[in-house]
Amino acid sequence: MDFSYTILIPLIPLALFVILGLFSKKIPASIAGWFGSFGLGTSFVLSLYTAYHYFLEGKLNGVYQTFIYKQTWLVFTDKLHIDLGVMIDPISVMMMVVVTTVSFMVHIYSRGYMHGDDGYTRFFAYLALFSFSMLGLVLATNLFQMYIFWELVGASSFLLIGYYYTKPSAVAAAKKAFIVTRFADLGFLIGILLISYYTGTFDFQELTNPEGMLITSWASYSFMGLSVFTWGLILIFMGGVGKSAMLPFHIWLPDAMEGPTPVSALIHAATMVVAGVYLVARLFPAYYFVEGGFALQIVAYVGAISSLVAALIAVTQTDIKRVLAFSTMSQIGYMMLALGVSKYEGHEGLGYMASMFHLFTHAMFKALLFLGAGSVIHAVHSNYMKDMGSLRKYMPITHITFLIAALSIAGFPGFAGFFSKDEILVAAFESNKLIYYSSVLVAGLTAFYMFRLYFGIFWGEDTKYKHTPHESPLTMTIPLIFLAFMSIFGGYIPFSQFVTADLTPFTAHLDLPLAAIASSVGIIGIIIAFIFYKKPNELPQKFANAFGVVYKFIYNKLYFDELYIFVTKKILFGIVAFSASWFDKNVVDSSMIGIGNVTVSVSNKIKGMQSGKLQDYAMSFVGGIVVIAMVVFYIWIN
Amino acid sequence: MIAGISIYEILTLTSILFFIGIYGFFTRDNLITVLMAVELILNAAAVNFVIINTYLYPDLIQGAVYSIFIIALAAAETALAIAIIINLYRIIYSVEVKDTETMKY
Repeated sequence: MDFSYTILIPLIPLALFVILGLFSKKIPASIAGWFGSFGLGTSFVLSLYTAYHYFLEGKLNGVYQTFIYKQTWLVFTDKLHIDLGVMIDPISVMMMVVVTTVSFMVHIYSRGYMHGDDGYTRFFAYLALFSFSMLGLVLATNLFQMYIFWELVGASSFLLIGYYYTKPSAVAAAKKAFIVTRFADLGFLIGILLISYYTGTFDFQELTNPEGMLITSWASYSFMGLSVFTWGLILIFMGGVGKSAMLPFHIWLPDAMEGPTPVSALIHAATMVVAGVYLVARLFPAYYFVEGGFALQIVAYVGAISSLVAALIAVTQTDIKRVLAFSTMSQIGYMMLALGVSKYEGHEGLGYMASMFHLFTHAMFKALLFLGAGSVIHAVHSNYMKDMGSLRKYMPITHITFLIAALSIAGFPGFAGFFSKDEILVAAFESNKLIYYSSVLVAGLTAFYMFRLYFGIFWGEDTKYKHTPHESPLTMTIPLIFLAFMSIFGGYIPFSQFVTADLTPFTAHLDLPLAAIASSVGIIGIIIAFIFYKKPNELPQKFANAFGVVYKFIYNKLYFDELYIFVTKKILFGIVAFSASWFDKNVVDSSMIGIGNVTVSVSNKIKGMQSGKLQDYAMSFVGGIVVIAMVVFYIWIN
Repeated sequence: MIAGISIYEILTLTSILFFIGIYGFFTRDNLITVLMAVELILNAAAVNFVIINTYLYPDLIQGAVYSIFIIALAAAETALAIAIIINLYRIIYSVEVKDTETMKY
């Protein structure tokens, strides 16, 4: 079996980026949109073909094989070298399908959404750059290659958040996203260096090999009571926390909603933000075996806490895109905790499979929610729920698809989210009761805030619109319909046959009692939302008042932004930066200025030597020759 | 080999020629005469080549060949220098050395 053609899947978007980026002024907007969609469509078809081929024939004795095609790039020592290449295994193939599907849909959608925008071609160039980087990240064969593409997706995310660069808030959001994730990536880099220093390899296959150096000899090196490898894995996870917007590095994600909505759907819902989950899944055997899974415990708790906090905040927000942003954070927390509670072998590895399954279904329904929200924003030109209401009359397709996505994320029986969420809850139930209870609570909250959003947008009172809203053009509704289809039927894919921790397929069953609990909690959430928001009434305000301080605390996102501003402004800028700048001004600068002054005064003294008189120069020339001749004579005589 | 004249006399002559050239180069005010002084220096060197060849290595020919090279070189150099001087004259209407002192710090 030969999968070397998969290298084309990331290279097509790269070529698109180069062409669209270099000739953005010359290519007419209409062609750029078609061109980008067509290129991504090719990648999409190729990755579907790869998935079909791999999942059908990739097994040897019932175990999925890993195919690696790579080229050595930088050599440090014989063992330690950086390769570039593609790695084909179940999770990378699965992610490839997710990325190309959502990216393709977003390309088609953007042709309608961005219609008439000034930077239309530039937008498609950035989208192509992002698709290339994300696919490179997914297909990476080693940690370092992943890190390179990890930074590339960060950069393209920066470019796309700041796409409306004339808007100060968008620029600030882009900077915030870049700096926060970059800070987290510092941990990632240190983790990579630590692990590669001790194991002498970057290679994923070496690192996750159960007989490999990392897993067998973690006990040999310790630092502050923990294995050095555990520290390394925790630091690597820190990078994942930043990219996946988990606590405490989540502050960039809500602001990132300043970008165009298709970008939010592609980057900040379906693909880039799950890179952290993908990273942990990629190194899962290492997380699981090193020091009895200590680092994995941290993953589980970070995921659980993030999902709960984000769900709570989502309940109070009024900007529809921010609700979706916090919802994304909460669902990624789900994936993280599923990985965290997972074990390795066979049916025990349910959490791993559930996490990947949820990643897949979440990508579909969350992209759909964002694209639906984009369609609504396109129609009413506002992000705020107060400007919306009764839209079901004007936008039937958006309404139906949004409802499907909302039912799916709420875990309504029969929809995709129901199946994947159920697997996560089963995995949590089998391993950690505390996390299980919090997850059930989150499931209820999810259903509540999602239907709060749904009723607020599509029902409620008929707002007086300046222009009568109308349904979006076909190019925007087709992706909605496709993703709605996936949000229903994506759940019927037997994921445990394809993606497992130990690469061996098993059969997962629906755990009926747990599923019943979860979906009834979800339905209760929907009913509460129905009572509160179906018709405008006093109840929500009363509840908000009843909780008073707590409500205000949550509404302000637990004051995380203020905390960060305090730390950066007062402590970093006020104390650390102040003393650093004093040192810089008085010691570093003045010594440099001193050297400069000495040079200037010396040159003032001696510049008269360059008189411009031809015969003076000749005189010094002849004088020099005479001196040299005398020296040579002197040596020759002796 | 010139009867009755030894190599020392000729070398003395060329040395005098050489230093006249150096002196002229340093003291002349006019660029053309400076150029002539350079020619004197070159000619002193060329004569030295020929004389040393004739007196010390009579069966070789390189010295004479080199003197021809020097003459050709001098011709080329003079052509170039004259061209520069003419252009200079077109710009500043002078070929005095003291008028060309503007290229300095």
